[in-house]
Amino acid sequence: MKPQSPTLKILTILSSLLFLAALAMVFLYAPLEETMNYVQKVFYFHIATAWVGMLGFMAAAVAGVVYLVRHDRKWDLLEMAAIEISLVFFLITIILGSIWARPVWNTWWTWDPRLTTAAIVELVYLACLLLRQGIDDPERRARFSAVYTLVGSLSVPIAFLSIRLFRTIHPVVIGTNTASNLGAFNMTPPMLATMFFCLFTFSVVFATLLWHRVRLEQLNVAIEERQMEIL
Amino acid sequence: MLDTAISIKYMLAGYAVVLVLIPAYLASLVLRRRALKRKLQDLDELAKK
Repeated sequence: MKPQSPTLKILTILSSLLFLAALAMVFLYAPLEETMNYVQKVFYFHIATAWVGMLGFMAAAVAGVVYLVRHDRKWDLLEMAAIEISLVFFLITIILGSIWARPVWNTWWTWDPRLTTAAIVELVYLACLLLRQGIDDPERRARFSAVYTLVGSLSVPIAFLSIRLFRTIHPVVIGTNTASNLGAFNMTPPMLATMFFCLFTFSVVFATLLWHRVRLEQLNVAIEERQMEIL
Repeated sequence: MLDTAISIKYMLAGYAVVLVLIPAYLASLVLRRRALKRKLQDLDELAKK
C-alpha cells in the first residue's frame, strides 16, 4: 500500500483550514437576513452540501461511463467513493433544509417537488450502495453499478430543475422567485461572497475526501487479491 | 422578523448536524482504514506460514 502523498497531506490541511474559514465567514462576516434572522445562516452550508452532493452523483455517472468503455476497475472505485461521500453531503442538505423549513414554512417536511425529488435522489444512490454489496463478482458488481449510476443520474437534474419546472414553495437561489416561494431573500454582496466561499470550500473538501475514500477502497482491493492468492 | 431566540435555536441545530455528521464520516473512514490494514497484515502473516 502506497504511503499518503504529500499533495494529499497538504490538501487535507487546506480542507480543514478552509472549513474553519467558511464557518468564520458564515458567523462573523455574512450579515443577518432581516426576515429570517439567524436561521438564514443555515443556507450557506445547505447550498454548499447540495452542490457537492449533486456534483459527486454526476461525477459517479461519468466514472461509470468511463468504466463501461475502458473496463478499468479504478473507475469503479472512484464511482463508489463519489457516491458514498455525496450521500453523506446530500443527507446533510436534506436535514439542514428540514431544520430551516420548520421556522420558515412552519413544517419539518412537505411533499413539495424539490423535497420529494431530493429524497428520491438520496434513496436511489443509497440503494445502489446496498445492491452493490449483494454482488460478489467484482466485474459484475462494477458493470451493474456503472449502468445503475448512469440511469440513476437522471434523477439529479430533475431534482435540480424541479424548482424551475414545477410550482413549489422552495426558493430559487439563482433566478427569479415567484410569490409561492417561501423563504426567498435578496442576497447582499457579503452574502454572495460567503455563499461562493462555502461552495469553493466544500468542493475542496469533497476532492480531499474522494482521494482518501479511493485509497481506502484500494486497500480493500489489495485484501481481496491477497485472499485469492491464499485460496 | 423571526424571534431571535427561536432563530438562533434552529441555526445551532443545523450546524450541530453538520459538526456531528461530517466528523462521524471522517471517523468511519479512519476506523475502516485501521481495520483493513490489520486484516492485510493478518493475511500477509498467513501467506508467510
